[in-house]
Amino acid sequence: MAPHTEQLTRPAVRLTGLTRSFEGRTVLDGIDLDLPAGSFTALLGHSGSGKSTLLRAIAGLDHRVTGSGELEAPDRVSVVFQDSRLLPWRRVLDNVLLGTDGKDAAARGRAALAEVGLGGRERAWPSELSGGEAQRAALARSLVREPELLLADEPFGALDALTRIRMHGLLRELWQRHRPSVLLVTHDVDEAIVLADRVLVLDNGRIGLDLTIDRPHPRSYRDPLLGEYRERLLAALGVTEDLA
Amino acid sequence: MTTSATEKSTTTAATATAQSAGADAGAPATARTARRGRRALSPGKRLPAARLVGPLVLLALWAAASAAGRLDPGAIPAPWTVLKTAGHLWTDGTLPTDVATSLRRAAYGFAIGLGAGVLLALAAGLSRTGEALIDGTVNLNRAIPTLGLIPLFILWLGIGETFKVAIIAIVVYIPVYLNTHAALAGIDTRFVELAEVQGLSRYRFIRQIVIPGALPGFFVGLRLGVTGSWLGLVVLEQINATSGLGYMMFQAQNYGQTDVILVGLLVYGVFGLVSDSVVRLIERRVLSWRRTLSS
Ligand SMILES: Nc1ncnc2c1ncn2[C@@H]1O[C@H](COP(=O)(O)OP(=O)(O)O)[C@@H](O)[C@H]1O
Ligand SMILES: [Mg+2]
Repeated sequence: MAPHTEQLTRPAVRLTGLTRSFEGRTVLDGIDLDLPAGSFTALLGHSGSGKSTLLRAIAGLDHRVTGSGELEAPDRVSVVFQDSRLLPWRRVLDNVLLGTDGKDAAARGRAALAEVGLGGRERAWPSELSGGEAQRAALARSLVREPELLLADEPFGALDALTRIRMHGLLRELWQRHRPSVLLVTHDVDEAIVLADRVLVLDNGRIGLDLTIDRPHPRSYRDPLLGEYRERLLAALGVTEDLA
Repeated sequence: MTTSATEKSTTTAATATAQSAGADAGAPATARTARRGRRALSPGKRLPAARLVGPLVLLALWAAASAAGRLDPGAIPAPWTVLKTAGHLWTDGTLPTDVATSLRRAAYGFAIGLGAGVLLALAAGLSRTGEALIDGTVNLNRAIPTLGLIPLFILWLGIGETFKVAIIAIVVYIPVYLNTHAALAGIDTRFVELAEVQGLSRYRFIRQIVIPGALPGFFVGLRLGVTGSWLGLVVLEQINATSGLGYMMFQAQNYGQTDVILVGLLVYGVFGLVSDSVVRLIERRVLSWRRTLSS
């Protein structure tokens, strides 16, 4: 797989002076950011730094939050949450098709499930899935809508290490095939480095570091050349080597 | 999430070592090194027709005590006496009429109460105006014991069928309303967010998320409502009726006919058991996605 090199003119997401605050406390402090269409970006930051606030703003989920600034985002946006958020009373296929219409909807749902490795589990109840399988179903639900922008808020945070590595491969593969713009929120520096072509660090309500990772995919967690990126990101997060 | 927790617990069960097996004094020596799973805390598989076992044992005890002459037949007649009386009452036509009268009252009251409870819960749960108008009012109504309303309702509606149906309906609607409304209002905000992300219309959001999510609560209310309708029926028929099962039992009390009273109780019991089983069956079907201890 070659590193992606497309240079597209119109960005998928454009934030201009985006500000959000809770009870007078400014969480996002005038963020300017472009996400090129089809790009894969990771967003790092400490817990409570405002990563979810930023993602929810882009997703249009922050109805009652005070803020200002301009925001351009595509129409078709999908969100993957940390929990799979499958409705326990709908079978897996019906969960994938939540909010999807059309005559071929069921066929598309089946295809999406097959793509995430859940072919044949269409009629299972969510309670019958493992944590990793449930998150795969959530990915299928977000894909079936053919999103222009895929927002993921720590989607692998609740998974065990082995499952997480397999999900990394899957997410990257799906992105290669469908090419949505991806904004992946994570607190895991290695996850960001291995998956994304660009890593942002959110610090004090602003983008503290904007790092392009120019290494071919698939990347190995042991690639020594990634160590340099890791150090710069950890430094931006205020973690010094002897503490880490 | 529950799913990943289940996954973990299965793994631990599989890796449980022989330590606990060695402590088991009754285990044969060769079993010392064998692996043993953890103690299962779920009560295990249901026995077939498990709900009938207890009542059947009681019935057997009753029959045995009567046959041995240990029970005063004037106070507790033998099961076969009760059956014989039931047969007589059935063939001479009084029992079928009384049963039909009682069933009609309970059914009307229950149906009206169920409909009202569900409609009010939907109105209060899905709109802020509805909540402001309805919720406080119902809770005020709940504070008044419904059977205490009987004298007032007799004055308003007369002593006919209408007042009995009205009282039963009130006894039923309150638990149905309370449980359904609590379930509708307690919808998980994460699912609200999901519905927004998936672009659901308000109608679909209610239809596909709010209502299915509230069904478990509704069934709790439904079962309380069913019990309530029989309770209301018994009270109403024994104090203010000129027909029906309760009236038959009240008459029997005047003439000291214990067997007739027992026939009445038996029929009430069958009503209760059958209706509860029907509700459970529907609940099991509708909520088949839930995997709980009782499944
Ligand atoms: N709905 C809310 N009401 C009040 N404070 C909030 C709300 N959502 C987030 N916050 C606050 O905003 C800050 C950023 O939160 P969040 O974006 O969730 O952080 P992150 O996702 O980076 O861990 C936190 O201090 C949090 O307490
Ligand atoms: Mg967060």
